[in-house]
Amino acid sequence: MSELDLRHIAKLARLRLSDDELKVFEGQVAGILGFVDQLQKLDVQGVEPTSHPLDLANVFRDDVPRPSLAIEPFLKHAPRAKGRFFEVPKVIEDKA
Amino acid sequence: MIPTIGLEVHVQLNSKTKIFCGCQVKFGAAPNAQVCPVCLGLPGVLPVLNREVFRLGLRAVLALGGKPSELIKFDRKNYYYPDLPKGYQISQYDQPLGRGGEVEIELEGRAKKVRLNRLHLEEDAGKLIHDQSPDSSLVDLNRAGTPLAEIVSEPDLDSSEEVHAYLTALKSILRSIGVSDCDMEKGQLRCDANVSVRRTSSDPLGKRVEIKNLNSFRSVKVAVEHEIERQTTAVEKGESIRQETRLWDDTKQRTVAMRSKEEAHDYRYFPEPDLVPFRVTADEIDRERAALPELPKAAKERFIRDHGLTPYDAGQLTQDRSISLFFEATNQILQNPKVTANWITGPVFAYLGANNLSIEETRLTPLLLAGTAGLVQQGVVSLQVAKEKIFPEVAEKGRDPIEVLKEKGLEQVSDESALDVWIAEVIRSNEKVVADFKSGKETAAMFLVGQVMKKSAGKANPGKVQERMRKRLAELP
Amino acid sequence: MDLSRKTAWELAELCGRNTCTPEEAVESVARAVAARDKDVRAYIAFDPKAARRSGKKGRLHGVPVAIKDNICVEGQEATCASRILKGYVAPYDATVTRRLLDEGATILGRTNMDEFAFGSSCETSCYGPTLNPRADRKRVPGGSSGGSAAAVADHTAVAALGSDTGGSIRQPAAFCGIVGIKPTYGRVSRYGLVAFASSLDQIGPLTKDVRDSALILGAIAGYDPLDSTSADVPVPDYSGFLGKGVKGLRLGVPKEYFQEGLNPEVERSVRDAIKTLESLGATVTEVSLPHTRYAVAVYYIVAPSEASSNLARFDGVRFGFRDKEAPTLLEMYERSRGSGFGAEAKRRIILGTYALSSGYYDAYYLKAMKARTLIKRDFDEAFKKVDALVTPTAPGTAFRPGEKSKDPLEMYLSDIYTISANLAGVPAISVPCGVSADGLPIGLQFVAKPFDEGTLFRAAHAFEQATDFHKKLGNTGS
Repeated sequence: MSELDLRHIAKLARLRLSDDELKVFEGQVAGILGFVDQLQKLDVQGVEPTSHPLDLANVFRDDVPRPSLAIEPFLKHAPRAKGRFFEVPKVIEDKA
Repeated sequence: MIPTIGLEVHVQLNSKTKIFCGCQVKFGAAPNAQVCPVCLGLPGVLPVLNREVFRLGLRAVLALGGKPSELIKFDRKNYYYPDLPKGYQISQYDQPLGRGGEVEIELEGRAKKVRLNRLHLEEDAGKLIHDQSPDSSLVDLNRAGTPLAEIVSEPDLDSSEEVHAYLTALKSILRSIGVSDCDMEKGQLRCDANVSVRRTSSDPLGKRVEIKNLNSFRSVKVAVEHEIERQTTAVEKGESIRQETRLWDDTKQRTVAMRSKEEAHDYRYFPEPDLVPFRVTADEIDRERAALPELPKAAKERFIRDHGLTPYDAGQLTQDRSISLFFEATNQILQNPKVTANWITGPVFAYLGANNLSIEETRLTPLLLAGTAGLVQQGVVSLQVAKEKIFPEVAEKGRDPIEVLKEKGLEQVSDESALDVWIAEVIRSNEKVVADFKSGKETAAMFLVGQVMKKSAGKANPGKVQERMRKRLAELP
Repeated sequence: MDLSRKTAWELAELCGRNTCTPEEAVESVARAVAARDKDVRAYIAFDPKAARRSGKKGRLHGVPVAIKDNICVEGQEATCASRILKGYVAPYDATVTRRLLDEGATILGRTNMDEFAFGSSCETSCYGPTLNPRADRKRVPGGSSGGSAAAVADHTAVAALGSDTGGSIRQPAAFCGIVGIKPTYGRVSRYGLVAFASSLDQIGPLTKDVRDSALILGAIAGYDPLDSTSADVPVPDYSGFLGKGVKGLRLGVPKEYFQEGLNPEVERSVRDAIKTLESLGATVTEVSLPHTRYAVAVYYIVAPSEASSNLARFDGVRFGFRDKEAPTLLEMYERSRGSGFGAEAKRRIILGTYALSSGYYDAYYLKAMKARTLIKRDFDEAFKKVDALVTPTAPGTAFRPGEKSKDPLEMYLSDIYTISANLAGVPAISVPCGVSADGLPIGLQFVAKPFDEGTLFRAAHAFEQATDFHKKLGNTGS
């Protein structure tokens, strides 16, 4: 992973990395990726992927209301709140 | 230039609670009053699928003629936005609830089938408020976790009129099966349009532009028209169309390019590990399909066939299932489909439109409407009086039409001796008009009849007045 | 009588007979913590006044249980040993918390861990490392449930809950010389466990002996309607499997687990243990789990991928750390997460984001998920021939802090014996089977079929009773 790619990935992950971190991570992540690349040798032709180790299906809940969370006590610990809202720096453009 | 349009419609499903948690979804609640750890995306929480949401989605797939997928699963769509608590939206990527299907529209007597690509389930995000402060935005997560069905059409639409017809038909179907009320003003239906143009149908499709921020059926139509024009002008000038997302500006009545530089989104879809897959058996599908209520198209055909209504009337009465049910109940009493149809498409629709109500929200019942119409049928009161003086009381206050009639003394006068008195008076005071009639002016008779109506404060039976007036006029020298 | 040195089973009995009270049990543990925890630092938070008890007299009557810092207890901070969650107070109980309370346990103390469970040594905690109370007290306790393991080993906890994604209960149990079990995936509810890798995580108990392990697992296991991935399978009475012996039990020894990289002392202890099991009546055969060598690679794609998505909610918007100086939304995200997360967390998020990103998904994540199927099949095949597998828990003993932190890959490779059980979703338990020359415990692992924790308890208990390592290590008998 080149430094350019690492910056792109950090951006996707909303992580600010210092120049030092970028340098150190580049080497480490490249090493780990090099290691996991051995998977390329494995033949997985015709094998279904496992997203769930258990063979469960059709788990539902009933359409019955449950109590909501009292928001005022929770908002007291929020980084920034205004009235009953969470507050964030201005979002420039709402994509609706 | 040939336009090509495809629509992505998000409808809120009619369940009592959210898609993955037990919070309610009532419109108009106080900010952040309908939230819990799950829809807030707090550390440690897990989603569990609402059975009713699944059923409603399945019903929609079947009503739209689509095919449920054999294995249905959810996927995570990863991106960062303050209204998205988990930093990902639980949606469906490659194994949606259903594929295919179609919506039939009719324009100028011509029917057209608009194909559907897919329908999938997903959770809605919260809401952001930008106008309370210049430096900050406010986050309300009541809407986060609301169940949505996303319905994607194929790019089969050719004009803004077709777009409008498609949305109307889709809304009609979804309302008729009780899946969603599709009220755009309440945010129950949202629509994005994809628009492109090309010179001839043998050319490849042009670059497509996505239009967002459309808030009503009307603005969808207008925005599509505008965008077609914008692209046409550009292409004719030799400019190239940029593939982008544009926002519809309702105040400026045009689409605008987004200010923020659009990064290509990498949503990094992967199967949702916190939810198991879902399978529907063929039996379950057959049962759901058999349980579907009559769809608007079938209802329309039946109304034409069984009630002898015109296609236009039948169409008007079957667009909304609650209206068709109301029609049938009223007609059951009145036993006169044409009269019933006229009352509903006339005074009832006008009343609903003027007050922005649905029929369930009024105090009007089939019995009350039939009663009102019946008074006219029996000649007790004229149609005009019934419409202007009785119907409003009935619709607004749910009053018995006969009570209103008696209270206001609106009984129509059909007694010939009484009518003759008025007729004689009118003839006496309008010698010139009588002379005009006698010399061949037919319309003079109508004037005289109108004068009798006026004299009787509308209570005279107009048909009878006409009859007696003509007779009397014929007797005159 | 020092109540803090009792086992959970013993304490529940004593409280049940009114020989002692739940409050006295708490006081005894508090005294132990005051005396010894400043050197070991197993606890992030320990406040007897914040202890919670339901007052019910269930199977865990009066037993104080320490909770790993990634499991929610209402009204208490749940920080996952990360700066980004400092000050976050959980507004709800995890299902396991409720179940412990329903059985009469006392919820007491929050134990240290690797940040967000990313690690095998408890060195990445934002609070600083925990030390292993064994030997010279200068070693790591293992991780990520290092605090829980150290506290139980040091008798500053009677029992503790931990979580296991790639070995994070079993490996610290081995390093600290106690018992740790990772249940079958779906056996215990994950509702209230701050997710690391959703398809691998499980909560499990760390205890002084096998009987306690069976007792506590029995209390927390079972279907939970709040967790779609929890199995609707009845929970047997696990204590019924204790004392059954291993006569006729078929044990398999996977040959891939005895190759290079295995510390000779560890190998010797484990092979001796296998001989002991044979002498107790078990039959031992060699089996093969041919895809073992891909397990670490598969894990280090799947786990960070899921983690990168699970950690996206830590964005400074609604809770946790926010860089309040950030002028724009984008900077708020980037700076809050950039300074809130530690290095290992950032590394894993980067790895996971990359493996899921456009153009790489097929080669990494999808491929890993397919390889995972092959690893699972290895276990299915093996369990057609044997009832349980016997392996070392870890390739070595507790190392010194800093010894493995230079190269993250080196740390990852030491998860080789525990990782496959998480990938396959099968249950596994670690019990002490020896002590190295420098006094460090060695762990023996049993692995069984899905939902066959009974066989694990049966084998582990028989081994424990025959060899008495729990007594020799001072875990019990006080």
